[in-house]
Amino acid sequence: MGEAIVITSGKGGVGKTTTSANIGTSLALSGKKVCLVDTDIGLRNLDVLMGLENRIIYDLVDVVEERCKLHQALIKDKRFECLFLLPAAQTKDKSSVQPEQMKKIISELKQDYDYVIIDCPAGIEQGFKNAVAGADKSIVVTNPEISSVRDADRIIGLLEQEEMEAPKLIVNRVRNHLAKSGDMLDVDEIVSILAIELIGVVVDDENVIKAANKGEPIAMSPNSKASIAYRNIARRILGESVPLSTIEEEKGFFSKIKTLLGMR
Amino acid sequence: MAMAQKLQHNVTIKGTKDGLVLLLDDLCSFEHLVEELNDKLSDDHGQLLNGPLISVIVKTGNRYLTDQQSGLIREIIGQKKNLEIKRFETNVITVAEAEEMKKEAQIMRVSKVVRSGQVLSVQGDLLLIGDVNPGGTIMATGNIFVLGSLKGIAHSGSSGNREAVIAASVMKPTQLRIADMINRAPDHYPEHGHEMECAFISDEEDQILIDRISIVHKIRPELNRL
Repeated sequence: MGEAIVITSGKGGVGKTTTSANIGTSLALSGKKVCLVDTDIGLRNLDVLMGLENRIIYDLVDVVEERCKLHQALIKDKRFECLFLLPAAQTKDKSSVQPEQMKKIISELKQDYDYVIIDCPAGIEQGFKNAVAGADKSIVVTNPEISSVRDADRIIGLLEQEEMEAPKLIVNRVRNHLAKSGDMLDVDEIVSILAIELIGVVVDDENVIKAANKGEPIAMSPNSKASIAYRNIARRILGESVPLSTIEEEKGFFSKIKTLLGMR
Repeated sequence: MAMAQKLQHNVTIKGTKDGLVLLLDDLCSFEHLVEELNDKLSDDHGQLLNGPLISVIVKTGNRYLTDQQSGLIREIIGQKKNLEIKRFETNVITVAEAEEMKKEAQIMRVSKVVRSGQVLSVQGDLLLIGDVNPGGTIMATGNIFVLGSLKGIAHSGSSGNREAVIAASVMKPTQLRIADMINRAPDHYPEHGHEMECAFISDEEDQILIDRISIVHKIRPELNRL
């Protein structure tokens, strides 16, 4: 019996889908059997990021409306034998699925997979309720900007009402130079406002966009900073204790000398 | 005749320096009471019931009056233009009223983070052990004490008590409300300060002021419950 983790944020565009794709890929890299579920019905993206768009025959709504069996709608990943995707429908909208139906599908998937990663749509309406319905755990993604942190706070409040573990936090798109100069919320500040456990910090990396456009999750390329961050998050999900690499570590030798001399 | 004699004692009118006290017997039936009250008030008492405006305190002893019954008594007394009911005094209240009073007097202890979009509303005083994040709201009919940082909206004395206060370990609210009064935060908070502060309505300035928590005992001595 696996576990279902919902990736959510409240605000749109903070990187839920990217995070879902990369956590899924990283878990698959560690040899786990993973199923990604896209619940963003009407605005699906996860299949595009995974480069699996052209293989979709059936989708989530087809399963719900019993036009096909669940296993028929699952798409096997190009790269991994143990990674699958349940795509969302593009022609319907969020109201075509009910939370109970979602619950049933997720619990069915949990029988066969170690991890079911649910990509949640933006907002707090039907789509959110559907995505959260079957989940055992949740991860909240936020960016270091006030509007995103505000929405994350709202979402955490809603998640706390559900019967699941306390949500974990990923701060995505951190830009080192802005945080250092104090022009951006720093990670500590965000954690102190949201008061939940931090499970990962992902730096802003243009390779993420490049990789997404190629339909290849960044977690596949081992050299990028974002990739390492996602792999570390996956390891923390698996229960390993990986220290959070802070921004401090990236300070150069000279800046350390400057700090010592009191120049900054 | 004996019956009439007894009737005489059901309603007793006493004069004090503040006005009249109407003692209503609590053992006779309500009908007798109404009847006698009508009789007594319709009697000519000279200037007592026809002179200048007199305030009346109605004491009902151990009798519980329903709203309808007290309304009727109000009506009877109101027929005399110079009588004005100041208040009803009674030894008894219903269980529901007692519970209401208990709730008003208690301190509700809550330990959580009040997040954006959440509203925490209590009767009586609120002791919140945790933060109020921006977009969150806490309300209490009594005072509010936050052991944590207050960054959202706090509304104390929400049913109209202007004496209520709001205290917080870190006072950086978006809005403070006390009874019917609203105070918006400055657009920018300075970096330091705002620790252990208390908000109250200042009588002189008729607006919400924030000051050090240590002066609260001077402004609101009734907060003490020793």
